[in-house]
Amino acid sequence: MIDAEKKVFARSPVLEPNLTHYCPGCGHGIAHRLVAEAIEHYGIRERTVCVAPVGCSVLAYKYIAIDMSEAAHGRAPAVATGIKRARPELFVMTYQGDGDLAAIGTAEIVHAANRGENISVVFVNNAVYGMTGGQMAPTTTLGQKTTTTPTGRTMQNEGGPIKVCEMLSALDGPSYIARVTVNKPAAVRKARQAVLTAFGRQLEGKGFSLVEILSPCPTYWRMPPVKAMAAIDEWMVKVFPLGVFKDKESAGARNEKT
Amino acid sequence: MSGNDAVVEGAIRADVDCYFGYPITPQNEIIGGMAARLPPLGKVFLQSESELAAISMVHGAAAAGKRTMTTSSSPGVSLMQEGISYLAGTQLPAVIVNVQRGGPGLGNISPSQGDYFQSTRGGGHGDYYTITLAPDSVQEMLDFTVRAFDLADRYRTPVVVLADGRLGQMMEPVELGDPAPVRRIEKPWALTGAKDRPPHFLCSMRLPPGDLAEHNRELQKVYREIERREPDGESYQTADAKIVFVAYGTCARLCREAIDTLRDEGLRAGLFRPITLWPFPRKKLQASLKKAKRIVVVELSAGQLIEDVQLSSADRLPIEFVGRMGGESPSVKELVALGRKLLQKKRKSAAKGKHR
Repeated sequence: MIDAEKKVFARSPVLEPNLTHYCPGCGHGIAHRLVAEAIEHYGIRERTVCVAPVGCSVLAYKYIAIDMSEAAHGRAPAVATGIKRARPELFVMTYQGDGDLAAIGTAEIVHAANRGENISVVFVNNAVYGMTGGQMAPTTTLGQKTTTTPTGRTMQNEGGPIKVCEMLSALDGPSYIARVTVNKPAAVRKARQAVLTAFGRQLEGKGFSLVEILSPCPTYWRMPPVKAMAAIDEWMVKVFPLGVFKDKESAGARNEKT
Repeated sequence: MSGNDAVVEGAIRADVDCYFGYPITPQNEIIGGMAARLPPLGKVFLQSESELAAISMVHGAAAAGKRTMTTSSSPGVSLMQEGISYLAGTQLPAVIVNVQRGGPGLGNISPSQGDYFQSTRGGGHGDYYTITLAPDSVQEMLDFTVRAFDLADRYRTPVVVLADGRLGQMMEPVELGDPAPVRRIEKPWALTGAKDRPPHFLCSMRLPPGDLAEHNRELQKVYREIERREPDGESYQTADAKIVFVAYGTCARLCREAIDTLRDEGLRAGLFRPITLWPFPRKKLQASLKKAKRIVVVELSAGQLIEDVQLSSADRLPIEFVGRMGGESPSVKELVALGRKLLQKKRKSAAKGKHR
């Protein structure tokens, strides 16, 4: 029997009832929802502070009903460090794109990870700069055409894509590092689990956690949304394999429960 | 104690919560002192990976409503300009101590006052100012650090204490006395988690052009209020002075010594010392120029303070300029000789006038 009164799905109360400005088929909306649902899951909305990046998700504060701070381009992990050290009782996260985290903010993310800073990072990798109009990102793959690599990225001229999870998992500081994607329901379920695990690490005081989300950018991949979703499996995952790269207590964990 | 030690003492007396910094000469005693003294007091000390990160950590701690500061020297402060602009745009209180060294570029580690423009004209991008305090003694390194925190909180703005390598390194006795009561104020705008209130978003960003114009007008309103209430400067022997030296920081000390010698010789010289470089104490300077025939600006730069002096006295008086760069400094003897020359020439020409 179907109970017509039983509510099986609702928008997370952590999400604001606003339409997003993202392009059709963009992955940010799904990533936002995963973040909001994880905050709801742990019941931490009233003590969460998120540091928003510079890039497409600069307007994330309109969509997630939590305290937020701006950061200069790339500096989100440093701003988050300042907030977390000042108020360790808060749950502190950054939400960063690939240009923000892996180009201009490389120093900040490496050192926050290396300190085992007890923050959580949601890293949205779509292999291109969206906000500024489709330029090469640090994660743009070899051969990928962008407005600043019109004939395709080459190893000789620009070097290869930076693999953030692989790079950061070489450090002793991080507690949990995983790469997921959101291109189909099964992948979204795995992504949800990874975000929950990452946030849980901070709440348990186990130190730095990061979830990289491979996310479609139909606009600057110059393909329709459905094709962009398929392209993640056909192309992106081959360069950026999915999986858990680090799963242990940070060597520097202070075990302070948040 | 040294001037750098005095900054640490001042920060503790101001009940600083969080310090973030990156090593650079000639201010390393500050970061070392903070590392030794803050953690036992239950306060946060963290050495950052760069000055860019240090000022961003300050941004985070300030956003969380805490008293926070960083210290650096000229090349490091250049890197911090990004963050200082964001602090100003976001209206976050923070203290930045710049123990200036010679530039441009890597320059050297000798005392300099070459960052006057950077500090008094905003320094980074956009329309903003930072209150700039200029100590001239180890005592003031301590006192102005405390004062900087109070001003930062009152106006929700970054405040710069502009010292130089000589003030940082030199040792002087300091009156400690009992610490003044710490003036904490409520920060209802801080990020503490959206409990029983709507979420806060602290940012400098205002994408719609009308919103940004309005935000800028609000910022300028605060700057006008600071200009009305906070200009500060000190006059020394200016009541009857025919020549008035204008200098700040270490140069003010040299001028004071020169003036004492000139006064012993019966020559009427005085000093005006701006204490707030921004807002520049124009009215106080003008008041100290009542009998002046000539101004002598002395600074460790190619001529930066002199522009504010020109703007203040509206070029009514001739200005002599003594500027040294790259770690050089004028000697007291040289300033006395200049004072003698200017004052005695005046006597001679006055005498000539009578004969005619």
